Amino acid sequence: MVTLNDIQNRVSVLYDHAFAQRQLKIYQWMTQIQKSNSELVTQHYLGKTTENRTMYYLQISQPSDKIKKIIWMDCGIHAREWISPAFCQWFVKELLRMQRSKIKESLHHIITRKNRSPHMNGTCYGTDLNRNFNSSWGSIGVSDNCSSEIFCGSGPESEPETRAVAQFIKKKKSDILCYLTIHSYGQYILTPYGSTTRPPSNNEELMHVAEMAAAALMGKYGTSYKVGPTSLILYSNSGSSRDWAHMIGIPFSYTFELRDKGTHGFVLPPDQIQPTCEETMLAVTTIIDYVDQKYFPGGAVMLTASSLGLSLCLSVVLTWTVS
Amino acid sequence: GHKYHLELELEDVLDKDSTVNCTAEVLYHLGNKNIAPDVQFTLEGELKNTDEADNVFYSRIKSLEKELVAENIPDNYGNVSPEMEPIHLLAWVASGYVIWQNSTENTKFQLAQIKHVKQVKRSDEYLEFDYKILLHEMLTQEIIPWQMTVLWHPQHGVEVTQNSRQPKQASE
Repeated sequence: MVTLNDIQNRVSVLYDHAFAQRQLKIYQWMTQIQKSNSELVTQHYLGKTTENRTMYYLQISQPSDKIKKIIWMDCGIHAREWISPAFCQWFVKELLRMQRSKIKESLHHIITRKNRSPHMNGTCYGTDLNRNFNSSWGSIGVSDNCSSEIFCGSGPESEPETRAVAQFIKKKKSDILCYLTIHSYGQYILTPYGSTTRPPSNNEELMHVAEMAAAALMGKYGTSYKVGPTSLILYSNSGSSRDWAHMIGIPFSYTFELRDKGTHGFVLPPDQIQPTCEETMLAVTTIIDYVDQKYFPGGAVMLTASSLGLSLCLSVVLTWTVS
Repeated sequence: GHKYHLELELEDVLDKDSTVNCTAEVLYHLGNKNIAPDVQFTLEGELKNTDEADNVFYSRIKSLEKELVAENIPDNYGNVSPEMEPIHLLAWVASGYVIWQNSTENTKFQLAQIKHVKQVKRSDEYLEFDYKILLHEMLTQEIIPWQMTVLWHPQHGVEVTQNSRQPKQASE
Protein backbone atom coordinates (compact mmCIF):
# COMPACT_ATOMS: atom_id res chain seq x y z
CA MET A 1 0.00 0.00 0.00
CA VAL A 2 1.34 3.37 -0.91
CA THR A 3 1.52 5.70 2.05
CA LEU A 4 1.59 9.43 1.97
CA ASN A 5 5.19 9.26 3.13
CA ASP A 6 6.09 7.15 0.13
CA ILE A 7 4.54 9.74 -2.12
CA GLN A 8 6.34 12.55 -0.39
CA ASN A 9 9.68 10.83 -0.68
CA ARG A 10 9.34 10.43 -4.37
CA VAL A 11 8.48 14.01 -5.25
CA SER A 12 11.16 15.29 -7.53
CA VAL A 13 13.34 18.02 -6.08
CA LEU A 14 12.58 20.11 -9.10
CA TYR A 15 9.06 20.67 -7.84
CA ASP A 16 8.27 23.65 -5.72
CA HIS A 17 7.65 22.58 -2.12
CA ALA A 18 4.27 24.26 -2.07
CA PHE A 19 3.23 22.37 -5.19
CA ALA A 20 4.19 19.08 -3.55
CA GLN A 21 2.16 20.08 -0.51
CA ARG A 22 -0.83 20.72 -2.75
CA GLN A 23 -0.58 17.24 -4.28
CA LEU A 24 -0.50 15.70 -0.82
CA LYS A 25 -3.47 17.81 0.19
CA ILE A 26 -5.50 16.48 -2.73
CA TYR A 27 -4.68 12.89 -1.79
CA GLN A 28 -5.46 13.57 1.84
CA TRP A 29 -8.69 15.22 0.85
CA MET A 30 -9.69 12.28 -1.34
CA THR A 31 -9.12 9.90 1.55
CA GLN A 32 -11.06 12.11 3.91
CA ILE A 33 -13.97 12.47 1.49
CA GLN A 34 -14.14 8.74 1.07
CA LYS A 35 -14.02 8.09 4.82
CA SER A 36 -16.74 10.57 5.63
CA ASN A 37 -19.01 9.46 2.78
CA SER A 38 -18.24 5.79 2.65
CA GLU A 39 -21.76 4.81 1.64
CA LEU A 40 -21.49 6.88 -1.54
CA VAL A 41 -17.78 7.21 -2.28
CA THR A 42 -15.16 4.61 -2.98
CA GLN A 43 -11.54 5.35 -3.82
CA HIS A 44 -9.84 3.12 -6.35
CA TYR A 45 -6.43 2.58 -7.84
CA LEU A 46 -6.15 3.87 -11.39
CA GLY A 47 -2.48 3.40 -12.16
CA LYS A 48 0.96 4.87 -11.63
CA THR A 49 2.63 7.98 -12.96
CA THR A 50 6.01 8.05 -14.68
CA GLU A 51 7.57 8.69 -11.29
CA ASN A 52 5.75 5.71 -9.83
CA ARG A 53 3.29 7.76 -7.82
CA THR A 54 -0.15 6.30 -7.42
CA MET A 55 -3.14 7.72 -9.26
CA TYR A 56 -6.58 7.31 -7.76
CA TYR A 57 -10.12 7.85 -8.87
CA LEU A 58 -13.21 8.43 -6.78
CA GLN A 59 -16.41 6.68 -7.67
CA ILE A 60 -19.51 8.37 -6.40
CA SER A 61 -22.75 6.45 -6.63
CA GLN A 62 -25.82 5.56 -4.67
CA PRO A 63 -25.92 1.97 -3.56
CA SER A 64 -28.19 0.12 -5.93
CA ASP A 65 -28.61 -3.28 -7.45
CA LYS A 66 -29.30 -1.71 -10.83
CA ILE A 67 -26.67 -1.62 -13.56
CA LYS A 68 -25.07 1.77 -13.58
CA LYS A 69 -24.05 4.04 -16.39
CA ILE A 70 -21.01 6.22 -15.89
CA ILE A 71 -20.12 9.89 -16.22
CA TRP A 72 -16.37 10.34 -16.25
CA MET A 73 -14.70 13.61 -15.33
CA ASP A 74 -10.99 14.31 -15.09
CA CYS A 75 -9.23 17.43 -13.91
CA GLY A 76 -5.65 18.58 -13.84
CA ILE A 77 -4.19 16.66 -16.77
CA HIS A 78 -2.19 19.84 -17.27
CA ALA A 79 -0.88 20.72 -13.82
CA ARG A 80 -0.59 24.46 -14.42
CA GLU A 81 -4.34 24.81 -15.12
CA TRP A 82 -4.95 24.79 -11.42
CA ILE A 83 -8.57 25.99 -11.42
CA SER A 84 -9.39 22.63 -13.03
CA PRO A 85 -8.61 20.37 -10.01
CA ALA A 86 -10.16 23.03 -7.78
CA PHE A 87 -13.38 22.60 -9.75
CA CYS A 88 -13.32 18.81 -9.41
CA GLN A 89 -12.98 19.16 -5.64
CA TRP A 90 -15.85 21.63 -5.62
CA PHE A 91 -17.96 19.35 -7.77
CA VAL A 92 -17.44 16.43 -5.42
CA LYS A 93 -18.40 18.52 -2.42
CA GLU A 94 -21.56 19.72 -4.10
CA LEU A 95 -22.42 16.24 -5.26
CA LEU A 96 -22.13 15.00 -1.71
CA ARG A 97 -24.07 17.97 -0.35
CA MET A 98 -21.25 18.74 1.95
CA GLN A 99 -20.96 21.85 3.92
CA ARG A 100 -19.71 24.56 1.63
CA SER A 101 -16.23 25.51 2.59
CA LYS A 102 -13.90 27.72 0.71
CA ILE A 103 -11.34 25.70 -1.18
CA LYS A 104 -8.10 26.75 0.40
CA GLU A 105 -5.69 28.70 -1.72
CA SER A 106 -2.26 27.46 -2.26
CA LEU A 107 0.71 28.76 -4.08
CA HIS A 108 0.48 28.51 -7.84
CA HIS A 109 3.44 29.39 -9.91
CA ILE A 110 2.99 28.90 -13.59
CA ILE A 111 4.06 25.32 -13.30
CA THR A 112 4.21 22.48 -15.71
CA ARG A 113 1.86 21.34 -18.41
CA LYS A 114 3.50 18.02 -19.12
CA ASN A 115 4.25 14.91 -17.08
CA ARG A 116 7.72 14.01 -15.84
CA SER A 117 8.81 11.31 -18.24
CA PRO A 118 12.51 11.47 -19.08
CA HIS A 119 13.76 11.58 -22.66
CA MET A 120 17.07 11.87 -24.42
CA ASN A 121 19.02 10.32 -21.56
CA GLY A 122 17.35 12.49 -18.96
CA THR A 123 18.25 15.77 -20.62
CA CYS A 124 14.65 16.60 -21.38
CA TYR A 125 11.42 15.90 -19.49
CA GLY A 126 7.77 15.73 -20.16
CA THR A 127 5.09 14.49 -22.53
CA ASP A 128 1.87 16.42 -23.01
CA LEU A 129 -0.59 13.77 -21.86
CA ASN A 130 -3.35 15.46 -23.83
CA ARG A 131 -1.45 14.75 -27.05
CA ASN A 132 -0.58 11.19 -26.07
CA PHE A 133 -3.88 9.36 -26.57
CA ASN A 134 -4.51 7.07 -29.50
CA SER A 135 -6.62 9.48 -31.52
CA SER A 136 -4.83 10.26 -34.79
CA TRP A 137 -1.75 10.37 -32.60
CA GLY A 138 1.12 12.50 -33.83
CA SER A 139 -0.68 13.80 -36.91
CA ILE A 140 -1.26 17.49 -36.25
CA GLY A 141 -0.84 20.20 -33.62
CA VAL A 142 1.99 18.38 -31.86
CA SER A 143 5.74 18.36 -31.68
CA ASP A 144 8.08 15.38 -31.85
CA ASN A 145 10.64 17.37 -29.92
CA CYS A 146 10.75 16.69 -26.18
CA SER A 147 11.53 20.33 -25.38
CA SER A 148 8.13 21.40 -26.73
CA GLU A 149 5.13 21.86 -24.43
CA ILE A 150 3.06 19.83 -26.90
CA PHE A 151 5.47 16.94 -27.23
CA CYS A 152 3.24 13.95 -27.93
CA GLY A 153 5.51 11.26 -26.52
CA SER A 154 7.28 8.39 -28.24
CA GLY A 155 4.07 6.74 -29.36
CA PRO A 156 0.33 6.63 -28.63
CA GLU A 157 -0.23 5.79 -24.94
CA SER A 158 3.53 5.82 -24.34
CA GLU A 159 2.95 7.37 -20.92
CA PRO A 160 1.81 5.36 -17.88
CA GLU A 161 -0.67 8.07 -16.92
CA THR A 162 -2.31 7.86 -20.34
CA ARG A 163 -2.42 4.08 -20.20
CA ALA A 164 -3.97 4.10 -16.73
CA VAL A 165 -6.84 6.32 -17.86
CA ALA A 166 -7.28 4.61 -21.23
CA GLN A 167 -7.36 1.13 -19.72
CA PHE A 168 -9.99 2.09 -17.19
CA ILE A 169 -12.19 3.79 -19.75
CA LYS A 170 -11.84 0.94 -22.26
CA LYS A 171 -12.83 -1.56 -19.59
CA LYS A 172 -15.97 0.36 -18.65
CA LYS A 173 -16.64 1.71 -22.12
CA SER A 174 -20.04 0.17 -22.66
CA ASP A 175 -21.32 1.89 -19.53
CA ILE A 176 -19.74 5.31 -19.96
CA LEU A 177 -22.17 7.82 -21.45
CA CYS A 178 -20.24 10.99 -20.90
CA TYR A 179 -16.57 11.95 -20.83
CA LEU A 180 -15.69 15.39 -19.48
CA THR A 181 -12.15 16.69 -19.27
CA ILE A 182 -11.64 19.95 -17.42
CA HIS A 183 -8.90 22.42 -18.41
CA SER A 184 -8.16 26.12 -18.35
CA TYR A 185 -8.11 28.75 -19.71
CA GLY A 186 -10.18 30.27 -22.50
CA GLN A 187 -13.87 29.86 -21.62
CA TYR A 188 -14.80 27.17 -24.12
CA ILE A 189 -16.92 24.06 -24.25
CA LEU A 190 -15.12 22.11 -26.97
CA THR A 191 -16.60 19.26 -28.97
CA PRO A 192 -14.83 16.65 -31.14
CA TYR A 193 -12.56 16.77 -33.03
CA GLY A 194 -9.24 18.53 -32.79
CA SER A 195 -7.50 16.28 -35.27
CA THR A 196 -9.92 16.82 -38.14
CA THR A 197 -12.66 19.21 -39.17
CA ARG A 198 -14.83 16.25 -40.18
CA PRO A 199 -17.79 16.47 -37.80
CA PRO A 200 -18.52 13.65 -35.35
CA SER A 201 -21.54 11.45 -36.11
CA ASN A 202 -23.64 13.06 -33.39
CA ASN A 203 -22.41 16.60 -34.00
CA GLU A 204 -25.83 18.28 -33.95
CA GLU A 205 -26.77 16.77 -30.64
CA LEU A 206 -23.34 17.44 -29.11
CA MET A 207 -23.57 21.08 -30.12
CA HIS A 208 -27.14 21.45 -28.94
CA VAL A 209 -26.33 20.11 -25.47
CA ALA A 210 -23.13 22.15 -25.24
CA GLU A 211 -25.02 25.31 -26.17
CA MET A 212 -27.59 24.61 -23.47
CA ALA A 213 -24.76 24.09 -21.00
CA ALA A 214 -23.06 27.36 -21.99
CA ALA A 215 -26.36 29.21 -21.65
CA ALA A 216 -26.90 27.79 -18.18
CA LEU A 217 -23.38 28.82 -17.22
CA MET A 218 -23.86 32.32 -18.53
CA GLY A 219 -27.08 32.70 -16.59
CA LYS A 220 -25.20 32.71 -13.30
CA TYR A 221 -22.66 35.56 -13.59
CA GLY A 222 -22.77 36.53 -17.24
CA THR A 223 -19.61 34.62 -18.14
CA SER A 224 -19.61 33.89 -21.84
CA TYR A 225 -18.27 30.62 -23.22
CA LYS A 226 -17.71 29.75 -26.87
CA VAL A 227 -18.95 26.37 -28.06
CA GLY A 228 -17.73 24.27 -30.98
CA PRO A 229 -15.29 21.74 -32.34
CA THR A 230 -11.71 22.31 -31.27
CA SER A 231 -10.45 22.21 -34.87
CA LEU A 232 -12.82 24.97 -35.92
CA ILE A 233 -12.85 27.38 -33.01
CA LEU A 234 -9.48 26.90 -31.35
CA TYR A 235 -6.70 25.01 -33.11
CA SER A 236 -5.85 21.64 -34.55
CA ASN A 237 -4.48 18.99 -32.25
CA SER A 238 -4.21 15.23 -32.22
CA GLY A 239 -3.93 12.67 -29.45
CA SER A 240 -6.35 14.44 -27.11
CA SER A 241 -8.22 12.40 -24.53
CA ARG A 242 -11.54 13.93 -25.56
CA ASP A 243 -11.10 12.94 -29.22
CA TRP A 244 -10.09 9.45 -28.15
CA ALA A 245 -13.07 9.04 -25.83
CA HIS A 246 -15.47 9.92 -28.63
CA MET A 247 -13.65 7.76 -31.18
CA ILE A 248 -13.98 4.68 -29.00
CA GLY A 249 -17.69 5.29 -28.75
CA ILE A 250 -18.47 7.54 -25.77
CA PRO A 251 -21.20 9.72 -27.20
CA PHE A 252 -20.99 12.86 -25.03
CA SER A 253 -17.35 13.90 -24.92
CA TYR A 254 -16.46 17.46 -24.04
CA THR A 255 -13.44 19.52 -23.08
CA PHE A 256 -14.10 22.42 -20.74
CA GLU A 257 -11.68 25.33 -20.75
CA LEU A 258 -12.55 27.30 -17.62
CA ARG A 259 -12.01 30.99 -16.76
CA ASP A 260 -10.58 33.30 -17.81
CA LYS A 261 -9.77 34.53 -21.31
CA GLY A 262 -6.17 35.50 -20.65
CA THR A 263 -6.23 38.42 -18.24
CA HIS A 264 -5.04 36.08 -15.48
CA GLY A 265 -4.75 32.93 -17.54
CA PHE A 266 -3.40 30.03 -15.51
CA VAL A 267 -3.14 32.06 -12.31
CA LEU A 268 -6.81 32.76 -11.61
CA PRO A 269 -7.17 34.75 -8.38
CA PRO A 270 -8.79 33.07 -5.35
CA ASP A 271 -11.86 35.31 -5.39
CA GLN A 272 -12.80 33.75 -8.73
CA ILE A 273 -12.72 30.14 -7.50
CA GLN A 274 -16.22 30.11 -6.05
CA PRO A 275 -18.00 31.86 -8.95
CA THR A 276 -16.10 29.75 -11.50
CA CYS A 277 -17.09 26.56 -9.75
CA GLU A 278 -20.71 27.62 -9.31
CA GLU A 279 -21.21 28.56 -12.94
CA THR A 280 -19.31 25.54 -14.27
CA MET A 281 -21.43 23.30 -12.07
CA LEU A 282 -24.52 24.56 -13.87
CA ALA A 283 -23.01 23.64 -17.23
CA VAL A 284 -21.96 20.18 -16.09
CA THR A 285 -25.32 19.38 -14.51
CA THR A 286 -27.10 20.53 -17.67
CA ILE A 287 -25.11 17.95 -19.62
CA ILE A 288 -25.64 15.24 -17.02
CA ASP A 289 -29.39 16.01 -16.86
CA TYR A 290 -29.67 15.65 -20.63
CA VAL A 291 -27.76 12.39 -20.66
CA ASP A 292 -29.86 11.12 -17.76
CA GLN A 293 -33.12 11.96 -19.49
CA LYS A 294 -31.97 10.55 -22.80
CA TYR A 295 -30.92 7.17 -21.49
CA PHE A 296 -33.36 6.83 -18.61
CA PRO A 297 -36.50 8.59 -19.81
CA GLY A 298 -39.31 8.81 -17.32
CA GLY A 299 -37.08 8.14 -14.35
CA ALA A 300 -36.97 10.59 -11.48
CA VAL A 301 -34.47 13.16 -12.61
CA MET A 302 -32.33 13.72 -9.57
CA LEU A 303 -29.71 16.04 -10.97
CA THR A 304 -30.93 19.54 -11.47
CA ALA A 305 -29.22 22.84 -11.69
CA SER A 306 -30.24 23.99 -8.26
CA SER A 307 -30.03 20.85 -6.23
CA LEU A 308 -27.84 17.89 -6.69
CA GLY A 309 -28.40 14.35 -5.93
CA LEU A 310 -27.43 11.13 -7.51
CA SER A 311 -29.49 9.33 -10.01
CA LEU A 312 -30.13 5.71 -9.25
CA CYS A 313 -28.73 4.96 -12.64
CA LEU A 314 -25.75 7.22 -12.99
CA SER A 315 -22.55 7.17 -11.08
CA VAL A 316 -19.82 9.74 -11.38
CA VAL A 317 -16.18 8.85 -11.64
CA LEU A 318 -13.67 11.58 -11.00
CA THR A 319 -9.97 11.53 -11.23
CA TRP A 320 -7.26 14.06 -10.72
CA THR A 321 -4.00 13.84 -12.52
CA VAL A 322 -1.36 15.24 -10.25
CA SER A 323 1.74 13.97 -11.98
CA GLY B 1 -0.83 37.91 -48.24
CA HIS B 2 -4.00 37.13 -46.33
CA LYS B 3 -6.14 40.11 -45.49
CA TYR B 4 -8.77 40.11 -42.76
CA HIS B 5 -11.45 42.69 -42.21
CA LEU B 6 -12.47 42.91 -38.55
CA GLU B 7 -15.23 44.59 -36.64
CA LEU B 8 -14.36 44.81 -32.99
CA GLU B 9 -15.79 46.13 -29.81
CA LEU B 10 -13.12 47.50 -27.50
CA GLU B 11 -13.92 47.26 -23.81
CA ASP B 12 -12.20 49.34 -21.15
CA VAL B 13 -10.50 46.89 -18.75
CA LEU B 14 -11.12 49.29 -15.87
CA ASP B 15 -14.75 50.06 -16.74
CA LYS B 16 -16.60 47.21 -18.44
CA ASP B 17 -19.53 49.39 -19.47
CA SER B 18 -17.30 51.67 -21.48
CA THR B 19 -16.98 50.33 -25.02
CA VAL B 20 -15.87 51.72 -28.36
CA ASN B 21 -16.43 50.15 -31.75
CA CYS B 22 -13.51 49.68 -34.07
CA THR B 23 -12.94 48.44 -37.60
CA ALA B 24 -9.58 47.11 -38.69
CA GLU B 25 -7.78 45.52 -41.59
CA VAL B 26 -4.99 43.09 -40.90
CA LEU B 27 -2.65 41.88 -43.63
CA TYR B 28 -0.47 38.85 -42.92
CA HIS B 29 2.39 38.80 -45.42
CA LEU B 30 3.05 35.67 -47.42
CA GLY B 31 6.58 34.43 -47.60
CA ASN B 32 8.61 36.22 -44.97
CA LYS B 33 7.07 35.36 -41.61
CA ASN B 34 9.44 37.69 -39.82
CA ILE B 35 7.54 40.78 -40.86
CA ALA B 36 4.80 41.94 -38.53
CA PRO B 37 1.29 41.99 -40.01
CA ASP B 38 0.11 45.36 -41.36
CA VAL B 39 -2.66 46.84 -39.26
CA GLN B 40 -4.95 49.71 -40.20
CA PHE B 41 -7.74 50.69 -37.85
CA THR B 42 -10.48 53.23 -37.30
CA LEU B 43 -12.00 53.98 -33.93
CA GLU B 44 -15.68 54.85 -34.03
CA GLY B 45 -15.77 57.06 -31.01
CA GLU B 46 -13.31 58.36 -28.48
CA LEU B 47 -11.23 56.65 -25.90
CA LYS B 48 -11.71 57.80 -22.34
CA ASN B 49 -9.51 60.61 -21.10
CA THR B 50 -7.03 59.26 -18.57
CA ASP B 51 -4.99 62.42 -17.87
CA GLU B 52 -5.74 62.51 -14.16
CA ALA B 53 -4.74 58.92 -13.44
CA ASP B 54 -1.73 59.25 -15.75
CA ASN B 55 -0.47 62.31 -13.90
CA VAL B 56 -0.99 60.74 -10.49
CA PHE B 57 1.06 57.71 -11.54
CA TYR B 58 3.71 59.86 -13.21
CA SER B 59 4.17 62.10 -10.16
CA ARG B 60 4.29 59.12 -7.85
CA ILE B 61 7.10 57.44 -9.79
CA LYS B 62 9.00 60.69 -10.30
CA SER B 63 8.96 61.33 -6.57
CA LEU B 64 10.33 57.91 -5.59
CA GLU B 65 13.65 58.13 -3.81
CA LYS B 66 14.88 54.88 -5.23
CA GLU B 67 14.10 53.40 -8.64
CA LEU B 68 11.09 51.09 -8.60
CA VAL B 69 11.77 47.35 -8.59
CA ALA B 70 9.12 44.63 -8.45
CA GLU B 71 8.62 40.94 -9.18
CA ASN B 72 5.83 38.55 -10.06
CA ILE B 73 2.91 40.66 -11.17
CA PRO B 74 0.35 39.10 -10.78
CA ASP B 75 1.72 37.23 -7.80
CA ASN B 76 1.45 33.48 -7.43
CA TYR B 77 -2.07 33.87 -6.05
CA GLY B 78 -3.19 35.87 -9.10
CA ASN B 79 -3.31 39.18 -7.26
CA VAL B 80 -1.98 42.60 -8.27
CA SER B 81 -1.54 45.23 -5.56
CA PRO B 82 -3.11 48.65 -6.23
CA GLU B 83 0.34 50.32 -6.39
CA MET B 84 1.44 47.87 -9.07
CA GLU B 85 -1.72 48.11 -11.15
CA PRO B 86 -0.36 50.89 -13.44
CA ILE B 87 2.91 48.95 -13.89
CA HIS B 88 0.81 45.94 -14.86
CA LEU B 89 -1.32 47.94 -17.29
CA LEU B 90 1.79 49.47 -18.86
CA ALA B 91 3.15 45.97 -19.41
CA TRP B 92 -0.13 44.95 -21.07
CA VAL B 93 0.11 47.81 -23.53
CA ALA B 94 3.79 47.31 -24.24
CA SER B 95 3.42 43.54 -24.62
CA GLY B 96 0.68 44.27 -27.15
CA TYR B 97 3.34 45.82 -29.34
CA VAL B 98 5.68 42.85 -28.86
CA ILE B 99 2.83 40.45 -29.64
CA TRP B 100 1.91 42.36 -32.77
CA GLN B 101 5.50 42.28 -33.98
CA ASN B 102 5.66 38.52 -33.49
CA SER B 103 2.22 37.46 -34.67
CA THR B 104 1.39 35.20 -37.59
CA GLU B 105 -1.84 33.50 -38.57
CA ASN B 106 -0.73 30.60 -36.35
CA THR B 107 -0.04 32.36 -33.10
CA LYS B 108 -2.22 33.49 -30.20
CA PHE B 109 -0.26 35.24 -27.50
CA GLN B 110 -1.26 36.39 -24.04
CA LEU B 111 0.78 38.22 -21.44
CA ALA B 112 1.05 35.64 -18.64
CA GLN B 113 3.07 37.46 -15.99
CA ILE B 114 5.64 40.13 -15.27
CA LYS B 115 8.52 38.20 -13.72
CA HIS B 116 10.59 41.27 -12.98
CA VAL B 117 10.44 45.00 -13.60
CA LYS B 118 12.96 47.67 -12.74
CA GLN B 119 12.87 51.34 -13.39
CA VAL B 120 15.82 52.77 -15.27
CA LYS B 121 16.95 56.21 -14.22
CA ARG B 122 16.70 58.87 -16.91
CA SER B 123 17.75 62.50 -17.09
CA ASP B 124 14.82 63.56 -19.31
CA GLU B 125 11.12 63.61 -18.41
CA TYR B 126 10.36 60.08 -19.67
CA LEU B 127 9.87 57.10 -17.40
CA GLU B 128 11.77 53.99 -18.44
CA PHE B 129 11.14 50.42 -17.26
CA ASP B 130 13.02 47.27 -18.06
CA TYR B 131 10.56 44.36 -18.00
CA LYS B 132 11.10 40.63 -18.02
CA ILE B 133 7.74 39.13 -18.93
CA LEU B 134 6.29 35.72 -19.72
CA LEU B 135 4.16 35.34 -22.83
CA HIS B 136 1.87 32.35 -23.25
CA GLU B 137 1.47 31.13 -26.84
CA MET B 138 -1.71 29.12 -27.25
CA LEU B 139 -0.91 26.82 -30.21
CA THR B 140 2.49 25.67 -29.01
CA GLN B 141 1.45 26.12 -25.35
CA GLU B 142 4.84 27.60 -24.68
CA ILE B 143 5.54 30.03 -21.87
CA ILE B 144 8.12 32.30 -23.44
CA PRO B 145 10.32 34.68 -21.46
CA TRP B 146 10.73 38.05 -23.10
CA GLN B 147 12.61 41.22 -22.28
CA MET B 148 11.27 44.64 -23.19
CA THR B 149 12.39 48.19 -22.54
CA VAL B 150 9.44 50.54 -22.24
CA LEU B 151 9.35 54.32 -22.30
CA TRP B 152 6.29 56.23 -21.13
CA HIS B 153 5.22 59.80 -20.67
CA PRO B 154 1.70 61.09 -19.96
CA GLN B 155 1.65 63.26 -23.08
CA HIS B 156 3.80 61.13 -25.36
CA GLY B 157 2.40 57.69 -24.70
CA VAL B 158 4.13 54.31 -24.74
CA GLU B 159 7.14 53.22 -26.75
CA VAL B 160 8.91 49.88 -26.72
CA THR B 161 12.48 50.79 -27.56
CA GLN B 162 13.94 47.35 -27.34
CA ASN B 163 12.63 43.84 -26.99
CA SER B 164 14.08 40.37 -27.29
CA ARG B 165 12.99 36.79 -26.77
CA GLN B 166 14.88 35.14 -23.90
CA PRO B 167 16.06 31.55 -23.63
CA LYS B 168 13.61 29.16 -21.95
CA GLN B 169 14.31 28.47 -18.27
CA ALA B 170 15.82 25.07 -17.55
CA SER B 171 13.61 24.64 -14.47
CA GLU B 172 11.04 22.43 -16.22
